[in-house]
Amino acid sequence: MSIPLSLSVNGKAVTADVDERTLLVEFLRHDLALTGTHVGCDTAQCGACTVLVDGRAIKSCNVLAAQVAGAKITTIEGLAGADGTLHPMQAAFKECHGLQCGFCTPGMVLGALDLVAHHPHADERTIREALEGNFCRCTGYQNIVKAVQTGAAAMAK
Amino acid sequence: MYSFDIRKADSVAAAAALIAQTGGRALAGGQSLIAAMKLRLAQPGTLVDLAGLTELQGIRRDGNALVIGAMTRHAEVAAAADVKAAIPALAALAEGIGDRQVRNMGTLGGSLANNDPAACYPAGVLGLGATVHTNRRTIAADDFFKGLYETALGDGELITQVSFPVPTKAAYVKFAQPASRFALVGVFVAQTGGGVRVAVTGAGPSVFRAKALEDALARTFTADAAKAVRIPATGLNSDLHGSAEYRAHLIPVLAARAVAALA
Ligand SMILES: Cc1cc2nc3c(=O)[nH]c(=O)nc-3n(C[C@H](O)[C@H](O)[C@H](O)COP(=O)(O)OP(=O)(O)OC[C@H]3O[C@@H](n4cnc5c(N)ncnc54)[C@H](O)[C@@H]3O)c2cc1C
Ligand code: FES
Ligand code: FES
Repeated sequence: MSIPLSLSVNGKAVTADVDERTLLVEFLRHDLALTGTHVGCDTAQCGACTVLVDGRAIKSCNVLAAQVAGAKITTIEGLAGADGTLHPMQAAFKECHGLQCGFCTPGMVLGALDLVAHHPHADERTIREALEGNFCRCTGYQNIVKAVQTGAAAMAK
Repeated sequence: MYSFDIRKADSVAAAAALIAQTGGRALAGGQSLIAAMKLRLAQPGTLVDLAGLTELQGIRRDGNALVIGAMTRHAEVAAAADVKAAIPALAALAEGIGDRQVRNMGTLGGSLANNDPAACYPAGVLGLGATVHTNRRTIAADDFFKGLYETALGDGELITQVSFPVPTKAAYVKFAQPASRFALVGVFVAQTGGGVRVAVTGAGPSVFRAKALEDALARTFTADAAKAVRIPATGLNSDLHGSAEYRAHLIPVLAARAVAALA
């Protein structure tokens, strides 16, 4: 069965007919070809699929596309400027070596943006707690935490 | 996932009627239900999405109670000034559920209706002696949780809100299963007008009250009094994360920590 869906993705209005079983992550990756949102586990554990729905970080592998009809979605593709200038949080991950393979990074960056929206001056402990739902299998978190701190400071400027 | 029909309704009454008519299921945050559907453990023919029903939202103080709508998300409860002021233990409990992303979708009503044996909210609801309101009636917490994933809710019955009486003091301490962050054991201790209440989650097939701890703490409300209690392991959960004996041992330990946190 297919259902009509309209929502906004990275500031653009999107309308599509999708199978009702479509997960938000499938809609983003397959229908919209926004493959920056990753699938690490598909069981709501790893956070690689994290995107913002009306500003709230959620795991898009555990949400139906139908549940976010009418919402504003932000994915990693929606952060950089039109000229390719990185968002301060992306720039901080690059600067601080907050990534190695980069698989977890889109989810980390979007999770960090939800955090900064609530705690612009989060301390290390708050950052670690806020990123509890985002797993990284290679960087080892130290530089990720540093990146989030650096990115938050750059955003406050 | 099997195919289903997804519908919305413009009132709780209409949503309940639609569920009754189709033999369908309510969809709240989907944090438990979508996962179950992916695994084909749940295969509802119709989902009725409760999102957007304003009747089910909001947090308000009503006399000596805090009333929270069923569709209120964990993150909202955790951050609400009213909750932090009246029942800080409940705000802390909500803040400790899963992770930020789960708290941004998961709801109070979904957690209670699901009654996962390791869920946190059932301990808060039972520990505080809250009242669950549905579209049909009110149910006391002591009568709501019936067993493994089982509640007093009938077919097509929807939780609308939960009324939490404000306790003198309360604390929830969870020993989190490190991978899922659900409670391996969680203990909610409350000093209320009606005496001491101790609710335990994670340890048995469903949340339960620990009478021996309640009696001991009613006599002397100290961490040592809690720690001296022995809980039998009979009937408790055993799995690769911990034996029944381990869980039984954790119950008074966590109760003592909760009491110590209140000192
Ligand atoms: C990674 C992860 C970690 C988690 N960790 C924890 C944890 O530490 N502690 C914890 O307590 N929970 C945890 N959870 C579960 C989480 O809290 C869920 O949000 C919650 O169990 C279900 O709420 P929901 O709103 O998502 O409900 P849904 O998944 O939408 O629904 C669950 C069930 O409730 C029914 N239902 C929903 N709303 C109503 C209503 N108003 N009336 C009647 N029936 C209704 C549905 O039909 C369904 O059967 C975790 C989940 C995940 C994915
Ligand atoms: S892919 Fe969604 S949490 Fe891992
Ligand atoms: S950078 Fe490789 S998983 Fe995080």
